[in-house]
Amino acid sequence: MPSEQHATKYALPEGLPAPQATRDGLDKEFWEAARRHQLVVQRCNECATFQFGPEWICHHCRSSNVGWERVSGRGRVYSWERVWHPVHPALRDACPYMVVLVELPDAGNVRMVGNLIGDAREELTIGTTVEVVFEDHEQGFTLVQWKRA
Amino acid sequence: MMNTIKDKVAICGIGETKYYKRGTAPVPEFRLACEAIIKAAGDAGIAVTDIDGFASYSNERNDASRVATALGLPHFSFSNMFWGGGGGGGSGAVANAAAAVAAGYAKYVVVFRALAQGQFGRFGQAAPAKSISGDFAYTLPYGLMSPAQMFAMRVRRFMHEHHVEQEAFAAVALAAYHHAQYNPRAVMYGRPLTREAYYESRWIVEPFHLYDCCLENDGAAACIVTTAERARDLKPKPAYLMAAAQGSDYRQNAPAHNAPDYATSNFKTLAPRLFEMAEIGPQDVDVLQAYENFTGGVVMSLVEHGFCDADAVMGFCTYENFAWPNGKLPLNTSGGNLAECYMHGLELVLEAVRQVRGTSTCQVKDAEISMVVSGPMVTPVSSLILHG
Repeated sequence: MPSEQHATKYALPEGLPAPQATRDGLDKEFWEAARRHQLVVQRCNECATFQFGPEWICHHCRSSNVGWERVSGRGRVYSWERVWHPVHPALRDACPYMVVLVELPDAGNVRMVGNLIGDAREELTIGTTVEVVFEDHEQGFTLVQWKRA
Repeated sequence: MMNTIKDKVAICGIGETKYYKRGTAPVPEFRLACEAIIKAAGDAGIAVTDIDGFASYSNERNDASRVATALGLPHFSFSNMFWGGGGGGGSGAVANAAAAVAAGYAKYVVVFRALAQGQFGRFGQAAPAKSISGDFAYTLPYGLMSPAQMFAMRVRRFMHEHHVEQEAFAAVALAAYHHAQYNPRAVMYGRPLTREAYYESRWIVEPFHLYDCCLENDGAAACIVTTAERARDLKPKPAYLMAAAQGSDYRQNAPAHNAPDYATSNFKTLAPRLFEMAEIGPQDVDVLQAYENFTGGVVMSLVEHGFCDADAVMGFCTYENFAWPNGKLPLNTSGGNLAECYMHGLELVLEAVRQVRGTSTCQVKDAEISMVVSGPMVTPVSSLILHG
């Protein structure tokens, strides 16, 4: 019998701000790829440096010839936090929940923030391997989430 | 020797309003700002109309031109705002004021901060928005929204890398509350904290208990910066600026928590510049005011300023070492952001001045060198060192 807070099909209840690509198009590909259930990371076409969040120029070689590369979606927990105090009305009955910072070894160890799917009270250690989960929302966006591998 | 402002500039006056619990100030924020500035001028023994410059830091809502107009200042010669979020600019604003008076742009520059959160809303709560784009799109939809949540992630990683335990953070909180019990200005005066109460308090976001998080208060604080030469002719004992520095380490603002050096409070490149200018080392500092947005950031900033080694935190960051009068490094002797009041850290600068004047309610014996650390984990950050 799922508890009330897990009755939702999403990691967190609906009502949090929905991600939108920036108007200037900088990260359009990231959110569109997530919609297709692909994880992509920005990569410099000149020096092959990965970067996230996206930027208009490569921070390493300053080239503006920067593209996107599909990556495996396997990562490891670089840091984590268990949130107990809700700071948004939508989260009032959702605590505790887990936020993880995941590093991607096959993408230059860039990091992404997401929720860890599962029991938020379960112990978690830095270094735990995780894999990506695409969480489709009816409003037309997809969140990049993580589960234990 | 570097060409610096060392000993050329001093803080000659300090002032603050009564500090109130969040949302309870009886007058608007702008009026609090004016009152603190008038008090600082009174403390310095100068006329309010002698003030001719303003320096503050981000989130300051009270426009310098409006203040100058309201106070009827005949000369408005300089204004400056330090970039960045939160309290990173508390020392940096003093540094900018110092640069201005040393360069002759103005004679008496006031550094100020006013906060009335009842009027303007809280810092610890997320703003309502249906959608979000840009850097926050990678965090807000995952419920990573508040400052506590932003910084807990870094602190957790720091704990992991250096085997730091909760007790180091408890020590910071316990020392702050201990000092606040001597300070009638403190919002937490008369509200002592025990170790048991610290550990039993609710989690906000692990590894931060309630008492690891700064207060949210109403009030205003101000200090006046002038040349050492002018300060010597005024009544209060000058607090001479030995050094001030601001800055940020490599790519610390990389979005979605991608700073390459992550488990840091962002002082690693700043601290050597600071001590080089002061021509002292951390061992020479008599008393320290270190900005506590969250206790974990204090511990990291102590390490990065060289007060202790990262792997020796558990031996150094103890209540006994931080607590006045017997601690090796008396820390946040007014109660600081945790227990005196949250004036975005400007109250820490005022306390550093009191220590070199000899007027703190937790006065460190023979304190000559007094230091302030502003805004760990944000970018840019800043620090300063004063001497009497």
